[in-house]
Amino acid sequence: MTSTDSIRFAHRHLLDIARLNAGDINQILTLAEHYAEQTRTPDKKQDLLRGKTQINLFFENSTRTRTSFELAGMRLGADVINMSVGNSSVKKGETLIDTAMTLNAMHPDVLVIRHGDSGAPHLLAQKVDCAVINGGDGSHEHPTQALLDALTIKRRKGRLEGLIVAICGDIQHSRVARSNIALLNIMGARVRIVGPTTLIPSNAAKLGVEVYNKMSEGLKDADIVMMLRLQTERMQGSFVPSIREYFHLFGLNAEKLSIAKPDALIMHPGPMNRGVEIDSEIADDLNISAISEQVEMGVAVRMACLDLLTREGAS
Amino acid sequence: MTTGPVHALINARLLDPATGTDTSGGLLIKNGTILDWGSHITADALPGGASVEDCGGHCLAPGLVDAHAYLCEPGKEHRETMATAGLAAAAGGVTTINAFAATEPVIDDPAIVEMVMRRAKNTCAVNVCITGALTKGLQGEEMAEIGLLSEAGVVAVSDGQFAIESINLMRRALAYASMFDLPIIVHAEDPALAAGGVITGGRTATFMGLKSIPSCAEAILVERDIRLVKMTGARWHAAHLSTRDALDTMRRAKNDGLKVTAGTAPHYHALNDLELGEYRTFARVSPPLREEEERLAVIEAIKDGTIDVISSQHLPQSADSKRVPFAQAKPGVIGLETMLPVSLRLYHNGDVDLLRLLHTMTVAPADLLGLEAGRLKKGADADIILFDTERPWQVDGDLLKSKSKNTAFDGHLLQGRVLKTFVRGTPVFEL
Repeated sequence: MTSTDSIRFAHRHLLDIARLNAGDINQILTLAEHYAEQTRTPDKKQDLLRGKTQINLFFENSTRTRTSFELAGMRLGADVINMSVGNSSVKKGETLIDTAMTLNAMHPDVLVIRHGDSGAPHLLAQKVDCAVINGGDGSHEHPTQALLDALTIKRRKGRLEGLIVAICGDIQHSRVARSNIALLNIMGARVRIVGPTTLIPSNAAKLGVEVYNKMSEGLKDADIVMMLRLQTERMQGSFVPSIREYFHLFGLNAEKLSIAKPDALIMHPGPMNRGVEIDSEIADDLNISAISEQVEMGVAVRMACLDLLTREGAS
Repeated sequence: MTTGPVHALINARLLDPATGTDTSGGLLIKNGTILDWGSHITADALPGGASVEDCGGHCLAPGLVDAHAYLCEPGKEHRETMATAGLAAAAGGVTTINAFAATEPVIDDPAIVEMVMRRAKNTCAVNVCITGALTKGLQGEEMAEIGLLSEAGVVAVSDGQFAIESINLMRRALAYASMFDLPIIVHAEDPALAAGGVITGGRTATFMGLKSIPSCAEAILVERDIRLVKMTGARWHAAHLSTRDALDTMRRAKNDGLKVTAGTAPHYHALNDLELGEYRTFARVSPPLREEEERLAVIEAIKDGTIDVISSQHLPQSADSKRVPFAQAKPGVIGLETMLPVSLRLYHNGDVDLLRLLHTMTVAPADLLGLEAGRLKKGADADIILFDTERPWQVDGDLLKSKSKNTAFDGHLLQGRVLKTFVRGTPVFEL
């Protein structure tokens, strides 16, 4: 029993960060902090969600996010079903809505969806009777990633407000970037985005961020350096000329990092491309890299979300 | 260093387009740099021990900066080498050549930039700067490593004679190059409309029965690119405009405050498509020579500043590749040696005043390429030329210094010639 038990969450679904307010975010982070402590004890398993059904509906390949959601549900005692598209009827031509209606008829309590198209979770949420959690939609949002990043920062830095956070790399295609920009702005951090002009949306400044094309400028005095994965499959020659040029200009190494604050924290949503966007030397330095802790906080944050969204009377 | 011999050039007509100076006076060279210049430098007021050279009232101006030339080395040395191009340049008053990437291998890798720069330094009589490839292998498919090329010292990026067909590639290339403040120099001719064409669409083409390229191919590409420039904020330079419509588009873009500039070549202001009668392959260029009314529009644009730069578009071709049926001939003409004399026609005809004309071949290309050159400046390298605006001569292709002799002006009577060229204070040519 904790003091957070009686809290009601103001949203029925977790579709994006953009529609949350600071109160909502703090509510999730506070509960997640509690779960983070609990999962470090030998007695990890709870029965809070006993009898509830969680379906993980993944239309895109995922290992870490799906495992994290699965583990979060299991630790709370839910029955967790993984549906990956490879062996589902979607391959046979079923539409997203038909899939949703089919699953809905099985009366799940929460649906976690990852989909390659932006807005797919929103469409699903209109059609089903249970809570929907966005596990990443296209280039739109990945809200639980931003929440776990926020929790990691908070634990390391004690706050979010006033921190200078540099988000670096492929902003254009990144749902992680969009969710983080939204969350950090709501929580009063100073957000910078750093990347080549070809990987930064043309009207990025309207997102409420400072835009930089040089690491030497964008990383100056940063508290947090958040590296994004370069989607190498879509990079050769079209967005950036080559991996060696990208690493030379935007890959994080000790030299570029020296521009940031001495106690700057390095984050990466994974999976990392070593030697593309980040140097191994930095990624593996536990004093400056929070990359493992991000994974750990991922489970805690997802437990908190599952908990809040399945509570009786959730609006 | 405060010591060293001083060389005084006196009794000259000093022309410096950067400062708008046109005055009589002199210039002092010391340790390869310009010690001083102006109307106060006269025979009576020289530092002790200075060697004195009387310019006989002829024009003393900054050495020309040729914004667009193909040097063929490495890989095509049978057509031109750094050494022969250097001699031609010096004879033409060009003290800085911007060499394009169409070599073998293509200059699309920082290691090749370094190699070519070293080669130029060792064998070329004049300065050479390099325009790197915009796309890998000039294939128009994938961006070259523009960032690494920039760090290696290229002054611009371009696919030379090839226009970028993919609008998406062009969009990204403009956005990407803007990070390094490098201009992209484009061949403004829609590739689909130009495919297979060898002459501009019009009366001459119809009479000659040659496959033609509509002149709107130029304006269409310029329109397309300018919209992308507006979106990306990139620096963009049209290598050689030759049509009224494209020039009108440029005028509008400049009025809108876009970072766009335009160039042309002597053959576009001096020749028209009638030159191609008798199937003269030596006058085949790309884009093709235009009809007379387009030529007049080019002159108008040089006068009013819509065209910023005149460059030689020096493209050596072997005689073998020109002595074939017209449609099979390779396009391109040499021009380093004739750029100034041919362009002086505009001055003699009263179309463009001398300072304005020199502006297009000195400070304007230097600014485009981010070079200090192209102006008379104390302390700067003494890259200067002495020329006679009046000296008459007849072009004899065989006497030109380029290895290839594919001039479009063979036999032409020209008025005005370079008398002497200095690079870093050292004479590299004397008539």
